[in-house]
Amino acid sequence: MYQLLKQIAITGIRTEAPPQPDEALRVTAGRLRAEVLQYFAGALTIRHVDAGSCNGCELEIHMCNNPYYNLEGLGIRFVASPRHADMLLVTGPVSRHMETALKRTYDATPDPKLVVAIGDCGCTGGIFGESYASRGRVWNVIPVDVAVPGCPPTPLAIMQGILTAISAKKD
Amino acid sequence: MKLEGLNFELTEIRGAVTAFRAEVDAAQWIEACRAVREQGGRLVSLWASDARNEGRGFTAHAALVVRGGLVVLSIPLAGTSYPDVAAIFPAADRMQRAAFDLLGVSASGADDHRKWLRHSAWRPDEFPLRKDFDARQSSVPSTSLRTGVSRHESRADDYPFVRVEGEGVHEIPVGPVHAGTIEPGHFRFSVVGETVLRLEERLGYKHKGIEKLFESMTLAEGARLAGRVSGDSAVAYASAYAMAVESAAGVPPPRRAQWLRALLLERERIANHLGDLGFLGNDAALAFGLAQFLRLKEEWLRTHHALFGHRYLMDAVVPGGVARDVAPEGAARMRAEMDEIEKTVSRLKVIYDEHAGLQDRFINCGRVAPELAARLGLIGVAGRASAQSWDLRVEYPYPPYTELDVRMATHRNGDVAARVTVRFEEIFESLRLCRLILEKLPAGDVALAVPAPAAGAFGVGWVEGWRGEVFIALEAGSGNRIRRLHPHDPSWHNWPVLEHAVIGNIVPDFPLINKSFNLSYSGHDL
Repeated sequence: MYQLLKQIAITGIRTEAPPQPDEALRVTAGRLRAEVLQYFAGALTIRHVDAGSCNGCELEIHMCNNPYYNLEGLGIRFVASPRHADMLLVTGPVSRHMETALKRTYDATPDPKLVVAIGDCGCTGGIFGESYASRGRVWNVIPVDVAVPGCPPTPLAIMQGILTAISAKKD
Repeated sequence: MKLEGLNFELTEIRGAVTAFRAEVDAAQWIEACRAVREQGGRLVSLWASDARNEGRGFTAHAALVVRGGLVVLSIPLAGTSYPDVAAIFPAADRMQRAAFDLLGVSASGADDHRKWLRHSAWRPDEFPLRKDFDARQSSVPSTSLRTGVSRHESRADDYPFVRVEGEGVHEIPVGPVHAGTIEPGHFRFSVVGETVLRLEERLGYKHKGIEKLFESMTLAEGARLAGRVSGDSAVAYASAYAMAVESAAGVPPPRRAQWLRALLLERERIANHLGDLGFLGNDAALAFGLAQFLRLKEEWLRTHHALFGHRYLMDAVVPGGVARDVAPEGAARMRAEMDEIEKTVSRLKVIYDEHAGLQDRFINCGRVAPELAARLGLIGVAGRASAQSWDLRVEYPYPPYTELDVRMATHRNGDVAARVTVRFEEIFESLRLCRLILEKLPAGDVALAVPAPAAGAFGVGWVEGWRGEVFIALEAGSGNRIRRLHPHDPSWHNWPVLEHAVIGNIVPDFPLINKSFNLSYSGHDL
């Protein structure tokens, strides 16, 4: 236990400042009223759905919770069920084999809900595009509020996308 | 060259890998597989191709490991069937089923003819990898857009799981959407109380047509896709791809590029092992471990970004060499970082080793005995933790591993604790290798232009990635294009063994056991 506590002390606090929202990432403007978004901004729960990614985006979503980014420190955490979630974080081109599962997850998420598409594949279908096996971008299958490009997007970009989705659009 | 005990001649495949190939008939195919098995060899991969446009029929291929290296057997088919080899190599079962789903060629005499990669995206009488299949369209209509629950068509997958019956047995279906941030797949547990009697996996959810997509690409374009077959193994796949292209073209990359590829591969290994060790601690309720290891991984990735332009080293390896050279300042930064990380990981290893609660969860959990591992063909990190001493860098070293004298990490217990230990040891060994590479890095160019291979030229790439061996077989088309490419992930071999590893364990230990294998869904589903 001494070694463990010593290691914590040596490590210190590594957390860096969170990014600011970026309006350029918004796909659907004003789907939710500002008051509702205020409500989300206090404590947000996220359900991640991998709809067919190469698993690169998952690596960076994991990294959002490392001590440098500390997403949970902003009151934003990942939950195990869509029924507990305010937001879906969807990666990948949507494979046809995941299409039904993604829609069911969307339906299982209570309203009002937000959807953030992660990565080039989620935004455009990416290198995989649309084919016999792939439906391409996420909003070919479910509505999307914010889309974060990148292959994969960095943890900061992912956090920026999440924060953009829960910030009201300033007219 | 001849294969021991067999009467057909093998021709050498050019390139970095010691590899041979032969065209065989049905009797030789079976005979060769048996002989390889008897001599302690194994199956690397099994796939099929459609050569009807070249005036031939379908062909089934198997890559096998023998003492002398890699052997690729090809069996031209008169019809659409070839002899089953799953009875000899159990890992072939799912590969054969996938070959049927994608090409409509079947293993005659096989026990299991259930579909594997196909769910409902294409009809049972359609085969996407046949050349006359139009990749752009699906004959199966998509479910309607943006609808509510009631309007969702549920096109059931109708997969016939094996049922376990008896008093008190019940099933727990899990997935495809899992509770954590992981890839999708379905696990069907049959349990009594908390104890797992049987686990059956259903994969293929991430099938996104990677092999078909390769066939629409030039060799240069394919490099980018290869790095995205399984994002966590970007260097392993891109290296295997580059080796395959260079092998088909008959051009070795510059020496400096070979050394830099090894540097990148070892750095990728360290990055993934750091992440896994963190998550394994976390899954055993030691959140401290996750915070500590992910901190180290983040710093490691930042160095990747600064020196190679990408946190996961995507697109850093290209056919003909590597995309970026390492400057002396970069080397100095890496050296200093490695000294730091080695100290910290050593401290964390002591903490893990001495943490009673952690060891209580790790030891004897998810055990795969060496005999079972050998029979089923467990490979990679998980294989080495169950005394399967296979590591390409040691057994069949290609440059620069021929000059590095890699020390293989192995363990006999085959439990989660052993898989943790092997990861720790591999981090230390990879740090040693990275230092050695930086010290002995030869001077010269880091890339050369690869000339177009002849149409029909065949090449292979075979790399010991962090998870296990990644294999790529390439048949070039005319005009620098890809006629057929088969990428093979080590997960094909290890997923079936995971089903055995959980038997007799309790359901709540499954996440820990699964994490200790950390297999790829994307690399498997293609």
